[in-house]
Amino acid sequence: MGVTKLGGATVITDSLDWITKWSQRNSLWPMSFGLACCAIEMISAAAARYDMARFGMEVFRSSPRQADVMIIAGTITKKMAPAVQRLYDQMAEPKWVVAMGACACSGGLFPTYAVVQGADEFLPVDIYIPGCPARPEALIDGLIKLQQKIKRDKVR
Amino acid sequence: MTIDTLTEKIGEYIKESDSFRDEVTVTIDRDAIIPVCCILKEDEDCSFDFLSDCCGLDRLPETPRFMVVYNLYSLKYKHRVRIKVPLEESDAEIESLTPLWNAANWLERECFDMFGIRFTGHPDLRRIITPPNMEGHPLKKDFPLEGSDTK
Repeated sequence: MGVTKLGGATVITDSLDWITKWSQRNSLWPMSFGLACCAIEMISAAAARYDMARFGMEVFRSSPRQADVMIIAGTITKKMAPAVQRLYDQMAEPKWVVAMGACACSGGLFPTYAVVQGADEFLPVDIYIPGCPARPEALIDGLIKLQQKIKRDKVR
Repeated sequence: MTIDTLTEKIGEYIKESDSFRDEVTVTIDRDAIIPVCCILKEDEDCSFDFLSDCCGLDRLPETPRFMVVYNLYSLKYKHRVRIKVPLEESDAEIESLTPLWNAANWLERECFDMFGIRFTGHPDLRRIITPPNMEGHPLKKDFPLEGSDTK
């Protein structure tokens, strides 16, 4: 990183990768949808008490085309899985997936005929958050881990 | 609805009847379902104008294995009756009640989805709750909890 004078203006120079990742990780807009009880905790994390906005994640987008992160908050039933897949496919690159709670990580309490045994059966999951349901602090921690991952990894 | 009134109206079809805390249950044969329901719906003293529920029952290892249970309600008289129809596993098929009550459409689809009981004459007998590519019928007692397919 460098600071130079160019004519009358002060110019900050840095690698394009660093700036891209810096802007990506500080404006992680989640996709606004929930599947089960974890969604209630996710809503709570967005509201005033836990206030995810402090970390640049405040704007829950109702359209997948404007979202960066898919927070899979809850049990994915086999009937719901095609809809989740479709939402993921509609999101623009770069995109990340966070599996929130035991059900999204592994099927959780439901090793049954009706439930997908973990989001990673059909989606590339970046962060797994344990808990049943995961508390808002855990979700925020997971999203901060995602920010660290974006910082660490190659630019997408 | 009392058993006496029911016996007067559909007595010839009743195989068994039971009354518990004013809840009346009658058991009938499969072939009697349409005539019995026609009478119960059309008769002035019965006028069961609402099919409030239709569900299946798996009684494994008893025979006959399946049962279809209909719960009727009359909005006019505020009375109820429960009709049970036993079905053999080898021939789990019964006439659809959709011509009498439209409510039967989705209820019978659910019953088919969960137990594999077929309703003849149903306009659209598809699965309603489980995914279309599902194998087996999950509320059957011999259905494995984790599903019959591995995916």
